[in-house]
Amino acid sequence: MLYIFCPHCGSRSQNEFAYGGDATVKRPELNKEISDQDWDNFVYLRKSPRGKHLELWHHISGCRQWIKVERDTSTHEIFKTYKADELIE
Amino acid sequence: MSQEFRLDNIGMVNRNKKISFTFNGKKYFGYEGDTIASALIANGVHLVGRSFKYHRPRGFFGVGVDEPYAILQLERNNERDPNIRATEQEIFEGLEVKSVNCWPSVNFDIGAINNFLKMFFPAGFYYKTFMWPPSFWYKIYEPFIRMAAGFGEASIKHDKERYEHKYEYCDLLITGSGPSGLASAYAAAKNGARVILAEDKPRYGGSLLTSDVNIGNQTGVEWSEKIITELKSMSNVIVKNRSQVFGYYDHNMLVMSERISDHLPKTQKYLPKQRLWYIRAKEVLISSGSIERPLVFGNNDTPGVMLSSAAKEYMKVYGVLVGKKPLIFTNNDSGYETAIEFKKNGVNPLILDTRKEPSSDIITEAKNLGIDIKFSYVVVAAKGYKKVKSADIAKISENKKDLSNIGNIECDCICVSGFWTPSIHLASQSGNKSEFNEKIDAFIPKKSKQKENTIGSANGKFTLEETINEAFDKGYEVSNKITENNNKVSIPTVVEKKSTEHDKFWCVPLPKGKSYKRFLDFQNDVAVTDIELALREGFRSIEHVKRYTTLGMATDQGKTSNLNGLQLVSDIENKVVPQVGHTTFRPPYTPVSIGAIVGREVGKHSKPTRKSPMHEWHEKNNAVFVDAGVWLRPRYYKQGNETLFEASKREAKNVRKNVGVCDVTTLGKIDVKGPDAAEFLNRVYTNAWLKLPVGKARYGVMLREDGIVMDDGTTTRISENHYHMTTTTAQAANVLSHLEYYLQLVWPELNVNVVSTTEQWAGAAIAGPNSRALLMKLFPNTDVSNEGLPFMGYKEADLFGIPAKIYRISFSGELAYEVNVESDFGNFMWEKIIEVGKEFQIQPYGTEALSTLRIEMGHVAGSELDGRTIPHDASLEGLVSKKKDFIGKRSLSRSAFTKPDREKIVGVVPLDKTTSIPEGSYIVKDPKAKLPNPKLGHVSASCWSVEYDNPFSLAIIKDGKNMIGQKLFAMSPLKNKTIPVEIVSSHYVDPEGKRVRA
Ligand SMILES: [Zn+2]
Repeated sequence: MLYIFCPHCGSRSQNEFAYGGDATVKRPELNKEISDQDWDNFVYLRKSPRGKHLELWHHISGCRQWIKVERDTSTHEIFKTYKADELIE
Repeated sequence: MSQEFRLDNIGMVNRNKKISFTFNGKKYFGYEGDTIASALIANGVHLVGRSFKYHRPRGFFGVGVDEPYAILQLERNNERDPNIRATEQEIFEGLEVKSVNCWPSVNFDIGAINNFLKMFFPAGFYYKTFMWPPSFWYKIYEPFIRMAAGFGEASIKHDKERYEHKYEYCDLLITGSGPSGLASAYAAAKNGARVILAEDKPRYGGSLLTSDVNIGNQTGVEWSEKIITELKSMSNVIVKNRSQVFGYYDHNMLVMSERISDHLPKTQKYLPKQRLWYIRAKEVLISSGSIERPLVFGNNDTPGVMLSSAAKEYMKVYGVLVGKKPLIFTNNDSGYETAIEFKKNGVNPLILDTRKEPSSDIITEAKNLGIDIKFSYVVVAAKGYKKVKSADIAKISENKKDLSNIGNIECDCICVSGFWTPSIHLASQSGNKSEFNEKIDAFIPKKSKQKENTIGSANGKFTLEETINEAFDKGYEVSNKITENNNKVSIPTVVEKKSTEHDKFWCVPLPKGKSYKRFLDFQNDVAVTDIELALREGFRSIEHVKRYTTLGMATDQGKTSNLNGLQLVSDIENKVVPQVGHTTFRPPYTPVSIGAIVGREVGKHSKPTRKSPMHEWHEKNNAVFVDAGVWLRPRYYKQGNETLFEASKREAKNVRKNVGVCDVTTLGKIDVKGPDAAEFLNRVYTNAWLKLPVGKARYGVMLREDGIVMDDGTTTRISENHYHMTTTTAQAANVLSHLEYYLQLVWPELNVNVVSTTEQWAGAAIAGPNSRALLMKLFPNTDVSNEGLPFMGYKEADLFGIPAKIYRISFSGELAYEVNVESDFGNFMWEKIIEVGKEFQIQPYGTEALSTLRIEMGHVAGSELDGRTIPHDASLEGLVSKKKDFIGKRSLSRSAFTKPDREKIVGVVPLDKTTSIPEGSYIVKDPKAKLPNPKLGHVSASCWSVEYDNPFSLAIIKDGKNMIGQKLFAMSPLKNKTIPVEIVSSHYVDPEGKRVRA
């Protein structure tokens, strides 16, 4: 079970969180023309990298904040966690 | 009481406390502190089971977790426990155990015929024998395998025992209380670290309990007692015996199973039977020790063949002799220690040493004691069926290939030592890639992936001095990293006998003309020939060989068999072991009971049960409840002998005719507040929200980004910047997460907050033609006329002094209102409604009537919004705005969603107006068409229409809008029914929606 550092609450067990997928996906802006291809890519296409992955976790049984977690998908190592609006260098 | 194999002056069992127990129905005695194994051996019992595949007789092979044979079934306090290792289970008064894998008895086992039919059971026999014809599977193969396989019978009764889970955090977890565990725990604890020391056996000390050593001028046993006593007294240390750390998971989470009551006749009050510990440790020291390796020879599975270290432990810990004519077969010095122990206890052993002329302190001591030793000698085969009676022995050539001087000698046990295998399971589970150490012919952990270190013999350190020094250093080093303290304790001096190198020999060749079975995996009956066959058949990867032959796949996970299997594969393949590699170790290290894994989360405890504030009223009024997610909701209110069908019909009818009241507290409720709330709702819902006036409600549909309907419900504008959103009961939590996602991540610029208020409000839906008249009496000071409170209107009102909110919304399709009050007043509200409603013939109605009402109205619910439908499919396309953008809108123009014959909701009525259509039925054109019959869609919900008094269903079918009027068939292969039906509008009752606006 992972041990995730919530930037709002501190280190908590994985079972307090829900996984939210790739954190680098940006929703297309509202009211903007977008091709079928681009829209499909946004809705369906996800990379499934082995290694470093920036992903969303929702601290549902805690502060209810969505956070970003930089995690190695093969080793589960967590490098860093960020608040939703934190700038990621 | 005399026990033929019990020694008088040795051992740690309590001779003052006799304990009786039964094995296979026969009564035996032992002492407090005995295991089933030691007590049976003391009584001269060695036959305890039958093997898995060939049903060969099985005795005892080890003395602890490594035991592959002696797996029994236990009865304790009227509960049945399978898969109990006799070498671990302590005896208690009244214990009942029996053998498994044998029928009718362990002495006469019909399955042993497999032993003579072994040509049918080669490697991979499951895959070969039980394949064809497929029809044989159910009738012949499966029953046969079920009867023949398994290690006991699980109870089918509800387990009344209590199991607990516990979460613990520590600086340092140490797994195993042998010399390395004790020393490192002591060093770390003295340096201020919070330490948990776990020992799987009842007694602490590990190898110190049986070895002839001296630490700091004390015997090993004395020293370990001193250390344990001191550790127990320290407030920063938790010491646990009978506790197996069986799993190493991510981020240094380890799981330990503590057997609290298994050694007692009955679980004590306020104590669980077992406790599962989830331990998050900053650092872990793995001091799990090592397990002696068997030597492979003919019939090496005969009862009486056992590990030499086990024989020694039976003597030193339990005061029990495993035999009186022991043969020691060894390739290293460890066998000598066992021989010396026999000799000290008045028994004359014979040592067969595979080595040519080794010399060391221990060998000299054995010689000086007058023990018979034959060098360059091996056991060729054990003789005897249910117990070793003699052994064929032979001289072995220097190249270890040829046997000579084959002879037979009498013996009653054969104690084997093929050197030692470090227990690297936990390290391996942590992700540590191990490496092969040529010096010890075994794998040891390499670089740590997680925060763990392996110490002592688990790390291949086989001398006590090395072990103690390493452990004290590591304990200090690791604790210093965490506590930054510098309290170093002094390391005691160690005195031990020096030993010499082991022989790289592990398998005795077959003599010419003999075909003895030489077993590698004792629990799964995998012999040398099975591995050879697998390799001949082309299996190469060790992972494949493992699965094909089942080597190392039994409940003992190959603790005694893995390395010998690897040696064999590498010999045949002319590779070295490290190239072959070992298979992956996975948790659990030892079997864990399902009860412990489940813990307290059994039945209704597996999730919280949510009840509305009116629950007690429902109970008192004969409500029959149904699970709605985690909620309990009244399904119907039973009057007299009514059935579900009769009651729900009565309740639904009464709504259509008079007035009914339904508990709708479970609906999800979310407060949406903030200056941008309207804009946010406008993006979340498919319809327009910017112009909704204060005091008005609107029905809304929200989509996922892929265009599929996520949820629906009404949202009311309470004030300028405050909206009250309702969701379906099932989707409440998901909708909240969904809203939070968009507010926090996608549109953080919107100034909006959302919070769940589901539990803040109790809700009652008042529905039916009499509902307004009832409302007028409930709220005499509020104008609830059609003008004062029109359809989709909202008003705050006073309910006999209690603030209430009235929403004029309807799910039933009748004139209806939902009244909400604060939860604490829910019951008050409900009772007032019932009381005042009497004169209007009010009746409470449950979810079944609610379903009937909504189905015949064509209102969609979860069975239509099932994660596959877009608004069009549910006839909700009118709510999809063409002007504005919203979540999921772009997906709606995808070709699959816009094709002309897209599925759409319709109504379905059986032509005979009497046959109910099972939910889930297919709608087809031709019931006799060739299978698979092309289906047009499926029936999503069925009811008995109370309006027309005939069955009515909703279905979602291809090209639904053009199907109305067609005669088709509803087919339910599950219920074996084919029903001719007519397709009608989904709005079966009041299609213009006049009633809700009346
Ligand atoms: Zn948090």
